[in-house]
Amino acid sequence: MAEEAQATDSGPRPIVPFLKLGSNPHLEGQKCSSCGAIFLDAKRVACSKCGLTGTLKPIPLSNKGKVYVFSVVHQSFPGIKTPYVTVIVDLPEGVSVRSNLIDVNHEELQKDPKKGFDMPVELVTSVVAKDREGHDVVAFQYRPSK
Amino acid sequence: MRNVYVLGTGMVKFGRYPEKSVPELGGEAALMAMKDAGVAIKDVEMFACGNLYQANAMVGQRILQQVGQTGIPVINVSNACATGSTAFREAYMACASGMYDVTMAVGVEQMGKQGLLGGAGGGDPAYGTEGKLGSGLMPAVFGQAGIEHMRKYGTKMEHFAKISVKSHKHATKNPFSQYRNEVSLEDVMNARMVGYPNTLYMCCPTGDGAAAAILVSEDKLKQLAGGRKRAKIAASVLTSDPYTDRDLTLPDVSTLTRRASKQAYEKAGIGPKDVALTELHDCFATAELVHYENLGLCGDGEAAKFIDTKGGCHPDLGGHAPVNVSGGLLSKGHPLGATGVANICEVVWHLTQDERAKERQVPNAKVGQAHVIGLGSACTIHILTV
Ligand SMILES: [Zn+2]
Repeated sequence: MAEEAQATDSGPRPIVPFLKLGSNPHLEGQKCSSCGAIFLDAKRVACSKCGLTGTLKPIPLSNKGKVYVFSVVHQSFPGIKTPYVTVIVDLPEGVSVRSNLIDVNHEELQKDPKKGFDMPVELVTSVVAKDREGHDVVAFQYRPSK
Repeated sequence: MRNVYVLGTGMVKFGRYPEKSVPELGGEAALMAMKDAGVAIKDVEMFACGNLYQANAMVGQRILQQVGQTGIPVINVSNACATGSTAFREAYMACASGMYDVTMAVGVEQMGKQGLLGGAGGGDPAYGTEGKLGSGLMPAVFGQAGIEHMRKYGTKMEHFAKISVKSHKHATKNPFSQYRNEVSLEDVMNARMVGYPNTLYMCCPTGDGAAAAILVSEDKLKQLAGGRKRAKIAASVLTSDPYTDRDLTLPDVSTLTRRASKQAYEKAGIGPKDVALTELHDCFATAELVHYENLGLCGDGEAAKFIDTKGGCHPDLGGHAPVNVSGGLLSKGHPLGATGVANICEVVWHLTQDERAKERQVPNAKVGQAHVIGLGSACTIHILTV
């Protein structure tokens, strides 16, 4: 996936194709020009909402959104550091995104989940792994808006 | 379509069977169901087998190697957690269509220590997103479904915890359940957190198991039942995920079930008030709570009130609209392929006052339903009547 996106680039690579790096890291969706549904996966043969083909056009997505719901993950695969907050963020374009919510106190969220709902958040990126060829792999996270 | 009846059922107590093979477990359940039905393998005309983890290994045919190879058509079914119930539906349709008079469904699974976290894909692990772009693991997905209910209706963690207390209490009366211990509200609330708000006791354990059913047409029922009370399949519904706005990030466990439930009630010609007992897919306590509303057992936003007024509890405990009197997946365990058929067995036992439901018998049960979701793919609901 990432190899195709940046085949000749020796620099950092996005963990998923819809994360665009560079000077202004942001997400890119695919918007159906017929029904308006937005998808994060570029590789699809048709719109899954209306079923039409040839209607999907790239659209840059906002870096700011609001928390819809979250969960605090305390148990995961070996090698994944827990606990961490998994979050569904609603973006103003009308699409939702799953990621990690950082710079928050998970115990406070568990005590009073209301604190999380509609929390304004912004996108940040960080290097999360090195791939087999030695490239930095960059993921995105959300943190409370400054 | 013709009327179809469940003539016989069989179930291996859910648990750990490291010394047994999947075909052995499935074969044991099949033999029990045939004995219960009073038929032999030579009477069975078609067989649908549900199994997930060995889906490439012709499990159905290997079960016939255990119980008798008669050359009948075999379908192997894989449909996530709805695997067993989808196999049951295949056996139902084969009979309802008029093509066969006697069919068999078996659900079987050996989970080993694999657990419900699922497997990893291929490729460079550096591009694996689990834990880096949130979590797609079941505890997190169903944690979020519960938190969505908290967000909409102010539901508290205690409400989810009470469901676990209730189901564990039910399980003490079910010899087929893997765990039969009671837990207190404090036990549940203070247990190790897995995926907030689900603590360990609010997550179903895995295990091995098998369940089977023999299905027959009305004519065959008259020949074979010998006057014994048998349950009729009043509705058999299967749906897949409709498109929803948060499709890609938050699997919608509600829309899937709501659509199936509406169709099932319409087909059976009944409403939720007529249902004497429900076996629903409580893979997590949060799932059970949202399904109370999805199946119409209470109104939207009323699940917490339903729980606080002993909704879902067995009548013996002073409850009403009993849910998961078997102990549910939370206590009984969740061997994926076996779950759907086992749920149907439980409902059938209550409707026919089978001795296997004895201690937990729901009095005067005339209508029951069994619900299963396979996440991201399938929802089955079977309504049975006597
Ligand atoms: Zn469209």
